[in-house]
Amino acid sequence: MSIPVDLMYTREHEWVLIEDDIATFGITDFAQSELGDIVFVELPETETPVEQNEPAGTIEAVKTVADLFAPLSGEVVEVNELLADDPDTVNRDPYGDGWMVKLRFSDKTELEDLLTPEEYKEIVDESGEDEIEVDVVLDEEENE
Amino acid sequence: MPNPLLFEIAKKGRGSRHLPDLDSSESEVLASIPERYRRDGEIGLPEVAELDLARHIERLSRRNFYIEQDFYPLGSCTMKYNPKLHERIASNPLITGLHPGLPDETVQGALRLLVELEECLCGITGMNAFTLQPAAGAHGEFTAMRIIEAYYKKKGERRTKVITTDSAHGTNPASVRRIGWEPVEVRSNKRGEVDLAELAALCDGNTAAFMLTLPNTLGLFESQLPGIMEIVHGAGAQMYLDGANLNALLGLVRPGDVGFDVMHSNVHKTFSTPHGGGGPGAGPVGVREHLAPFLPRPRAVREGDHYRWDNDYPDSIGRIHAQFGNFAVLLRAYAYIRHHGADGLREVQRHAILNANYLRKRIEKAFPVPYERVGMHEFVSSAAIYREQGVRAGDVGKRLLDYGFYAPTIAFPLIVREALMIEPTETESKETLDRFADAMNAVADEIRRDPEMVKSAPHTTVVKRVNESLASRKPVLKWSDAASTNEKAK
Ligand SMILES: Cc1ncc(COP(=O)(O)O)c(C=O)c1O
Repeated sequence: MSIPVDLMYTREHEWVLIEDDIATFGITDFAQSELGDIVFVELPETETPVEQNEPAGTIEAVKTVADLFAPLSGEVVEVNELLADDPDTVNRDPYGDGWMVKLRFSDKTELEDLLTPEEYKEIVDESGEDEIEVDVVLDEEENE
Repeated sequence: MPNPLLFEIAKKGRGSRHLPDLDSSESEVLASIPERYRRDGEIGLPEVAELDLARHIERLSRRNFYIEQDFYPLGSCTMKYNPKLHERIASNPLITGLHPGLPDETVQGALRLLVELEECLCGITGMNAFTLQPAAGAHGEFTAMRIIEAYYKKKGERRTKVITTDSAHGTNPASVRRIGWEPVEVRSNKRGEVDLAELAALCDGNTAAFMLTLPNTLGLFESQLPGIMEIVHGAGAQMYLDGANLNALLGLVRPGDVGFDVMHSNVHKTFSTPHGGGGPGAGPVGVREHLAPFLPRPRAVREGDHYRWDNDYPDSIGRIHAQFGNFAVLLRAYAYIRHHGADGLREVQRHAILNANYLRKRIEKAFPVPYERVGMHEFVSSAAIYREQGVRAGDVGKRLLDYGFYAPTIAFPLIVREALMIEPTETESKETLDRFADAMNAVADEIRRDPEMVKSAPHTTVVKRVNESLASRKPVLKWSDAASTNEKAK
């Protein structure tokens, strides 16, 4: 299970990539593995305003449905259209092609609420049984 | 053995119709049906000979799994045995021949049954009045939300928030949403109980109710119930009991006595009426005095030794079911309650709790129970330690089918990873529990020795492992020639 070091994280098991005023987010490897086969992803429309920690979409797996939370407040600028036809991309490549939403965030101070990879690893360790090893690794492909 | 669909075995002209000729002309009959309700095409029903139909249904029934076949530990669903006597009573032609439109004077017996069932439920739960109309637990929750809404409206208050727990059944937040209110979730603490501090922070003047399942879906009794009541009542909100687990409270706790204002009961669980297949069910809603004026109407009432339907409840939320609810289901519940009596119901509760705790102890080494302590009528163990072998709770459930058992509930409640929710109910013997525990422990060994075999289970059932992801991603919801040809091509 991987937790790339170049990303930020949330308690809701989402990752966030910050580039200037744009935040790209999706769900973590741990989240996709807990959910199991993802069968449907419902994403917001572009230009929708979203609020930090409020639901912005839903992720449906075979056994359960989970909310997708906005990690930051702002406005949706792009969503991953690929997921409509191939929701299992999230299972295969959660940090890459399985990204979900890009938003233009409006409040820089909210960035302080995001977790570092090390902090997120602690949360995973805690919620998981200790048999599950979580390594903080830099995902090779991610860097290309 | 293949079992083609009725549409596939149908042949034109094979139908088994023995309908008498119409005693009026077709055009006369047609004229009595408004234009917009008339079908213009063929009816499209498959024409099948009676014998072929009988065989088709017989084959299906053999593929079914039912409690008379073997143990059915489906947690949260209380799959207890339904005594045959109650089925006989409910299928008595004197009952099945009743029409709901008959005048009160001609159905005194039926009305009396309903009035007495309401009294029994009040006695069991400590509530002041019940409506028997709701057709299921979820429908009961919705009805209760409507009652609470009407209550605050009458008081001139507007409250739109309902607090639910993170271990709640999905129907709780869904019922809240259904009336246009907002469900807000309170998290469980490390003991698997409501976090009081968080509840206190969430409860405010806009809170209409707190929906609590007791015992909760982890099978645990909330040890801080008085504190919960104080917080919720302190905010002027209603305490709602999701009474789906009433089985564990029979003769032990009366919800009305400990402060609940309104509750529902799933009679198909606690009082052994038929389950599954989508109903019919019944989910009576009980209320304390202050909410009684808002109950659905009409209500069956007793006056001396006479019974009648009473519509005179001006504050009622109105009807929430056609006619009077699912009468035959309610009748089975009544028979169950009278058959057991107060002492019998207490025994039901005691054996349900004993069985669950016995089974928990027998399997907790192989399948640890995260919130480990003496529980009530069910428990939730976890298969998370087998993630190392790539095995998940669903695989364990499927492997148990090979042992001839039904699978436990998996993936619920969500707060336990790889949850296996097990509810043995009181109707199982120690021998059956032992047989099941042996099977669970054997599966744990198999996971260590041969995880691939477990991951590809079931191996002995008519239908092997199905592709659930494909079924969810590309569901085929309607039969068509094309779909069936595709299937054959594979
Ligand atoms: C705790 C709980 N609440 C509510 C319900 C909903 O009841 P029903 O299925 O009758 O609608 C269930 C059903 O399983 C339940 O377990």
